[in-house]
Amino acid sequence: MHIVVCIKQVPDSAQIRVHPVTNTIMRQGVPTIINPYDLVVLEEALRLRDRYGGEVTVLTMGPAMAEDSLRKCLTFGASRAVLLTDRFFAGSDTLATSFALTAAIRKISQTWGEPDIVFAGKQTIDGDTAQVGPGIASRLGLQQLTYVAKINGVESDRKRIEVERRAEGGTQVLESRLPVLITMLEGANEMRRGTMASALAAAKAEIHTWSAADAGIEDVTKCGLRGSPTVVKKVFAPTPRSEKAHQLPVGGKHAEEIAQLIIEDLFKRKPAIEDELMKFASGQ
Amino acid sequence: MTTAPKTTKPAAEGGNRATMRKELPEHFKAYRHVWVFIEYEHGRIHPVSLELLGEGRKLADKLGVELAGVVVGEKADELAAAAQEAFEFGADLVYRVYDPVLAHYRNQSFTKAVTDLVNAYKPEIFLLGATTLGRDLAGSVATTLMTGLTADCTELAIDDERSLAATRPTFGGSLLCTIHTLNYRPQMATVRPRVFALPARQSGRAGRIVDHRLDMVEESIVTKVLRFIPDRESNQVQLAFADIVVAGGLGLRSAENFHLIRNLAEVLGAEYGGSRPLVQKGWITADRQIGQTGKTIRPKVYIAAGISGAIQHRVGVEGADLIIAINTDPNAPIFDFAHVGVIADAIQVLPALTEAFAKHLSVNRIAG
Repeated sequence: MHIVVCIKQVPDSAQIRVHPVTNTIMRQGVPTIINPYDLVVLEEALRLRDRYGGEVTVLTMGPAMAEDSLRKCLTFGASRAVLLTDRFFAGSDTLATSFALTAAIRKISQTWGEPDIVFAGKQTIDGDTAQVGPGIASRLGLQQLTYVAKINGVESDRKRIEVERRAEGGTQVLESRLPVLITMLEGANEMRRGTMASALAAAKAEIHTWSAADAGIEDVTKCGLRGSPTVVKKVFAPTPRSEKAHQLPVGGKHAEEIAQLIIEDLFKRKPAIEDELMKFASGQ
Repeated sequence: MTTAPKTTKPAAEGGNRATMRKELPEHFKAYRHVWVFIEYEHGRIHPVSLELLGEGRKLADKLGVELAGVVVGEKADELAAAAQEAFEFGADLVYRVYDPVLAHYRNQSFTKAVTDLVNAYKPEIFLLGATTLGRDLAGSVATTLMTGLTADCTELAIDDERSLAATRPTFGGSLLCTIHTLNYRPQMATVRPRVFALPARQSGRAGRIVDHRLDMVEESIVTKVLRFIPDRESNQVQLAFADIVVAGGLGLRSAENFHLIRNLAEVLGAEYGGSRPLVQKGWITADRQIGQTGKTIRPKVYIAAGISGAIQHRVGVEGADLIIAINTDPNAPIFDFAHVGVIADAIQVLPALTEAFAKHLSVNRIAG
């Protein structure tokens, strides 16, 4: 079985700060990580490989430094890594991103064989759009299985797969035909640790680095800024409410007194809430 | 790797692209009217669709065009009832596609039904709920149509050139950005449940149904639904619709202290949740996360204890009538949008508050 896993190197959003005066992102010193949702599908790909045999190819589009994340994936046990990097990709929105990744997956198919499964993270923690996975599925004509909680089984000889997919109000048990694109819910598995041997091998491994031309992209107007129908017109910090919070006079008071202040203030502002709470408390 | 990489550019670059606007290509000028996807499953319309009709109505009125709903499913009569509900929540007309292959949500059949409609009737704006169904569908439809799609918008407006200005959080929720789809139509956007208020229902308000045939046979659809396992009611976290919500953040300092939140919620008959870091640390499950990437809530009262109030949390709670914030840091951003501030340690205030509420409610019950 051949599995392709799309990953993205993202800034660790927990550590992003906004400059208080200029309202711009302070990027210096913000560490990058592999998008956490991508680790869920990488682990799932490795488990399927361990169970059914085959290879896992990891793919990312990004700047040269994204190589670090690919090497980490090799440490976890991925078979090979492809970095798609070119100035033409700068400023891609989700449509342009899925165009470039699709070209790279076609090239991967030609080089190492057709994938049975393409995995993508459910979403990223920086963009949060959840659109690139479906975009790749549409472009490649793959069956699209998003929000998968569990892969029940794969029969690669019969090209059959069964998954449990989170839907509105319940779980869909779906049967589909390979090749498919899958995104998965967090918590579906726990990421393994790499071995010392794989870490040593990963440090020396070749990262296949492809330009747009290497990936077989002829029309670069479909890439990057020019290939993106959406345009970010404005980035801004939200304006604070004209009024800041009314601060209760809690200075130097005990917790019990503070609690009393909160309750009095609440019932003064929302008398109806007191009535509702009384009804609830009396079991009505 | 699902994202808009452009959002990883420095904020300062954002403004330069506005100058790239060209006149809309001729073949897109025929695109008119605002559409809302009406998510109809298991005999009911998802509330987010009704919320979007309210917002879509405003956009349609601003543009001077009609508001249409799109409803797809198996049975004509059920969809007619859904259409009537859509009319009463503001739709002028509803495009209806009914076919046995649309009995359950499947990406392939729904994508074809919806893209066929767009190609036939050409809307300028198309809104969908950011549910598991809506996000699965919107990504496929936008890619098939080769148009722009902006996810999880928190504000929608029409600019002075008839363009949809879609605002959403970016950079992991630390800033907001406004995105336009300049030279493509339709302009597509998804919005999470509870971001917009439910509009008032106008009983008896009428509209017209336009039927469109889906040319598709079951044999051509690859993915089959073997079965559907409904969630048990007790499993569902009703955060989004709770009247009172109590939530905790990193100010609780340890997973063990989270019971202070649950205890207060219990006394108040409230739902409880937490900020994103608590989910990442494993203190609470993802279905209790409040914020941009978790649940958006619109309670009457929201008590935030030990939550600093990053934008990604703010956009998830701004619809609350009253926000009471407890935090030791007087400069915490939560005090910029809370109505009532309490500068104190949540770990001490929470148990006192729980006890005081319990006492107040029992005393008054006896007195009453």
